[in-house]
Amino acid sequence: MQGYAFDIAHLLAGSLVLVSFMMIYQDRLYALLNTFALQAVLLSLAVAWQAYIQGAHHLYASAAIALVFKGIIVPWALHRIVRRLGIDREVETVTGVVPTMLAGMGLVALSILLMLQLTQSAENAIAREDLAFALSVILLGMLMMVTRRTAVTQVVGFMSLENGLILAAAGAQGMPLVVEISVAFSVLIAMIVIGVFLFRIRERFDSVDLEALDDFRGERQ
Amino acid sequence: MIGFAVTIALCLLALSLAATAMRGLSMASVAIYGSSALLCLALVLVGAGTLLTHADASGMRIPIGLPWLGSHLHLDALSAVFVTLLGVGGAAASAYAIGYGRHEHEPHRVLPFYPGFLGAMVLVLLAGDAFTFLLSWEIMSLLSWALVLTNHRADETRKAGYLYLVMAGLGTMLLLLAFGLLAGSGGGYDFAAIRAAKHSPALAALVLALMMLGAGSKAGLVPLHVWLPVAHPAAPSHVSALMSGVMTKVAVYGFMRVAFDLLGPVHWSMSVPVIVVGALTAVMGILFANVDGDGKRILAFSTIENIGVIFTALGLALAFRSSDMPVLAALALTAGLLHAMNHMLFKSLLFMVAGAVLNATGRRDLDELGGLIHRMPKTAFLALIGVMAITALPPLNGFVSEWLLFQAVLQSPKLPQPGLQFLVPAVGGLLALAAALAAACFVRFFGVIFLGRPRSDVARDAVETDRWSLAAMGGLALLCVLAGILPGFLIDLMAPAVDLAVGARVPVQGGNSWFTLIPVAEVRSSYSGFLVMVFVAISGGAVAWLVHRLASRRLRRAPAWDCGFPNADPVTQYGAGSFAQPIRRVMAPLLGARETVTMPPPGDMSAARHGVQTEDMAWRFCYQPMIAAVFYATTRLNALQFLTIRRYLTLVFGSLILLLTGLTIWN
Amino acid sequence: MELIENIVLQALQMLVVLTLAPGLTGLVRKIKARLTRRRGASVLQPYRDLARLMRKEVVLAENASWLFRVSPYMIFAATWVAAALVPTFAIGLHFSWTADLIAIVALLGSARFFIALAGMDVGTSFGGIGSSREMMIGTLAEPAMLLVAFSVALVAGSTELSNVVAFMASGDVGIRVSMGMALIALTIVAIAENARIPVDNPATHLELTMVHEAMVLEYSGRHLAMIELAASLKLLLYVALIGCVFVPWGIAPANAGLDGLIAGLLLFLAKLVALGFLLAVFETSIAKMRVFRVPDFLGVALMLGLLGTLLLFVSRSL
Repeated sequence: MQGYAFDIAHLLAGSLVLVSFMMIYQDRLYALLNTFALQAVLLSLAVAWQAYIQGAHHLYASAAIALVFKGIIVPWALHRIVRRLGIDREVETVTGVVPTMLAGMGLVALSILLMLQLTQSAENAIAREDLAFALSVILLGMLMMVTRRTAVTQVVGFMSLENGLILAAAGAQGMPLVVEISVAFSVLIAMIVIGVFLFRIRERFDSVDLEALDDFRGERQ
Repeated sequence: MIGFAVTIALCLLALSLAATAMRGLSMASVAIYGSSALLCLALVLVGAGTLLTHADASGMRIPIGLPWLGSHLHLDALSAVFVTLLGVGGAAASAYAIGYGRHEHEPHRVLPFYPGFLGAMVLVLLAGDAFTFLLSWEIMSLLSWALVLTNHRADETRKAGYLYLVMAGLGTMLLLLAFGLLAGSGGGYDFAAIRAAKHSPALAALVLALMMLGAGSKAGLVPLHVWLPVAHPAAPSHVSALMSGVMTKVAVYGFMRVAFDLLGPVHWSMSVPVIVVGALTAVMGILFANVDGDGKRILAFSTIENIGVIFTALGLALAFRSSDMPVLAALALTAGLLHAMNHMLFKSLLFMVAGAVLNATGRRDLDELGGLIHRMPKTAFLALIGVMAITALPPLNGFVSEWLLFQAVLQSPKLPQPGLQFLVPAVGGLLALAAALAAACFVRFFGVIFLGRPRSDVARDAVETDRWSLAAMGGLALLCVLAGILPGFLIDLMAPAVDLAVGARVPVQGGNSWFTLIPVAEVRSSYSGFLVMVFVAISGGAVAWLVHRLASRRLRRAPAWDCGFPNADPVTQYGAGSFAQPIRRVMAPLLGARETVTMPPPGDMSAARHGVQTEDMAWRFCYQPMIAAVFYATTRLNALQFLTIRRYLTLVFGSLILLLTGLTIWN
Repeated sequence: MELIENIVLQALQMLVVLTLAPGLTGLVRKIKARLTRRRGASVLQPYRDLARLMRKEVVLAENASWLFRVSPYMIFAATWVAAALVPTFAIGLHFSWTADLIAIVALLGSARFFIALAGMDVGTSFGGIGSSREMMIGTLAEPAMLLVAFSVALVAGSTELSNVVAFMASGDVGIRVSMGMALIALTIVAIAENARIPVDNPATHLELTMVHEAMVLEYSGRHLAMIELAASLKLLLYVALIGCVFVPWGIAPANAGLDGLIAGLLLFLAKLVALGFLLAVFETSIAKMRVFRVPDFLGVALMLGLLGTLLLFVSRSL
């Protein structure tokens, strides 16, 4: 049973990392949003599995929140924003896909190495590998924020980073539901704020390319 | 044994002097190359004899050299492997040169240096103390430098010679430092004394780093490789074969002697730079081979790749040894040694092919060749074997060492260090990338030179090369095939050296009738080059026979189809540049490749131009800053030229005080 | 007696792959036709094509060399031997230890090497374009393949396919996300190696984007038949490889009886049909890529291979 539980947890958490890579690979905005939704669904599955094997019922609530908010509402809202704003549907990258993926590979190796060493004392294998994968997802989300130009992709990177946080929390014997809910709401609010900002940015600069802001600050000639 | 070996080395050196005396004699070339070939064959006997009879290490001392040291000479299993390698490579190159040398315009620029170069390499391998080692190393460097300058009228050659001299000097200096550190303040320059001494981990790390730089610069490790692709091709082709095939292995020997024998066990982390630099060298070398347009330079770049592969194997062996896994270390080391031997075989062969083509056409540029398979069928066939071997196609020898190395890579999860566990699979991927790039590179090499239609008049009128050259190439090609289908023999031959280096060996392959390779029990895999060859030959032959027999054997010659638009101009074929284009585009960031298109304005009838520049990153990130720093420093120090005498005296006084203070603090 | 039995079994395997290969190609073509609402040629059409080509005379370009004439047989023999060494319906065959997965990949590399040389032999621009692109694709596909082999070997402890299959079928593997990644990576490699959509289009001629067809443009008659047969064999090889590593159930173990062998054979046929169907669906649902998008596509396979290996270390070290 232990092996089985571990295998499924491993599969789900590993798939989360994989989906993070898929997000880096996408070059169409809608496809990116769909991939993000897929990651959220996988996350809710992973959390639900944790709830099941830990017998922690409040985690089911977390899973449901992840599914509803991040699997459905946020992608839907982002779809709407993209459509309303008429944003260019190509994802603009700073560097090529392959170098970014290579960097991502290095990050995964780093996080696995680090987490396995840091948590050597911990007994629970599932928690350990969950933490390692969670850190990978977080770092990959950051990488995505760093290497993408438009604001929408940065929002998605941020959300995916947050997915990693939830995975870590779920693996580490759960965090209190209150915290979970507040995090979910803060993310939602963050998205709303960013969405509003997007409209404002576009109104001013006719583009959501963040480098337009640099022009405004006079950093680039 | 050692007596024999030393006599041969001295004979080779004496032959150099004789060559000076024989200047102008018509038979000098045949006599010198012929006797070199015979002496090299004798070397093979000495080396292989030592290995086969499992003779104990033998040493001797000649009272020449430093007064208190003399010269220690020493022949053990490790030296014997490389002596054998040198013997085979030297014999082939010398035999080839009997024919090739006839075309030389100025034989007196080659003959006096050639046997001495061989002799100096033998002495490096036999050296039993640091002094002898460094002295022979330096003689080897200088003589090869003189050989590089054979065609000294070409501006390019002079530049190559200068660059080589600078890098060789740097390398020797670093080696000097390394041996100085090894010997310590006690000054035990004898290898036996060095081996017996205890070396602190920090010192071992420093020595290993210095050896990487010193021996690596001779072998061509990135980023110290810049001289190799210009110097190796500049020499006459048989010397290129020796430099690429053998001299780089002498450098490998130097590294192995220190890293595996003299230094004793090292910390596992020291294997990381060796593995990483080796893998990067492999990829970068072959990438540049893929975009270069000069036949001999392609081969030189590919030498860099193979050296990278060998060093990766050595690094893996170091890693396994430091984690107390001698059998796996033996596996990796066997792969490395075998690859060194194989590389000598096929790289010498290919340089000879390039030399034969150069003789027949006078061209090294791929884009002026083509279609030579019709004009030089025998050379083309031998070249095909060489190309298949270097591309690591089964059942030839290149694949055997590559396969062993991959098996060693696959064992890396057994290492206890997570860092290495993660690193080695990635390195395996890099090695596979290098192998695949090598295939692309040599399809291009062979395809553009030998296949298609001639791209110039000289290529159209080429004639087959002479018999001596063909014999030498044929011998190497035969050895490539034999080493591919009977690798067990070579592995058993090398086992004593592997044992000496890591304290274990792979199981005796002779029991498997030498046909099958079953490296170590842990691998749980096997490979039989012989059976693969038999299967491919039988199935291919049988099908060809059946088809001809039962279906149809009719054949008609007609103009090429080419989708109905065959263009008679040979320029429309894919050439060196166009064949490289896909890979160049994909790998553009690594190659620093830039394409420029010059379009004339509308109405202008002049031709549009498409140009490509590639840039070695080593120059931009390593050498240019260094050169700039040196210039800056020298400009600043220039002021020292114009001081008054009083100021000069102050300088001398100041440095004296500084040294004295330093001494006080030191004690 | 046992030796003869073994050799017969090995010969049977060689014949099975040879006879089934054109059928698989025909099946994929048929399904693709049906999916696009065409009738399509019969599944047996490739056999008829081969028979026809064999009987026709060879029209050889004027400056074609001996290499051009030898290559088809070399390509065919290397591919056939490689295909015969992949377990299809039984493992532990007499000569299965001759070559492991790495050697099989290298044998396919030999076939690629000769086909690329043959493409350059006549000295036409189409041949050159095909050869250079084929080598570029191979450059990226081979490392990806090796990393897949690495993942598989890490799990199964061997690169010998018989050992791998025996381990995979034993059920000790569990559910591994790494194996999933290896599967995707292997699929991508297989698509690229077999010149399928989206990397290359097996159904076109006279397009600048083609790779495989451009190389073999000058071939005709029995030579072309050999090359087509080798291409079919290669497709079968990859399908069998995916089948034996990732769906190993039903393969007859060493020393199985006659009924075991027959069951293995039937299951192998079923696997071929299923995987062929999936391939056809995939090819119908996707568009061909530009050539310089292919490196990204293969890059994914490389990344997946590496990622799979990395993730395996997590599950191993716990």
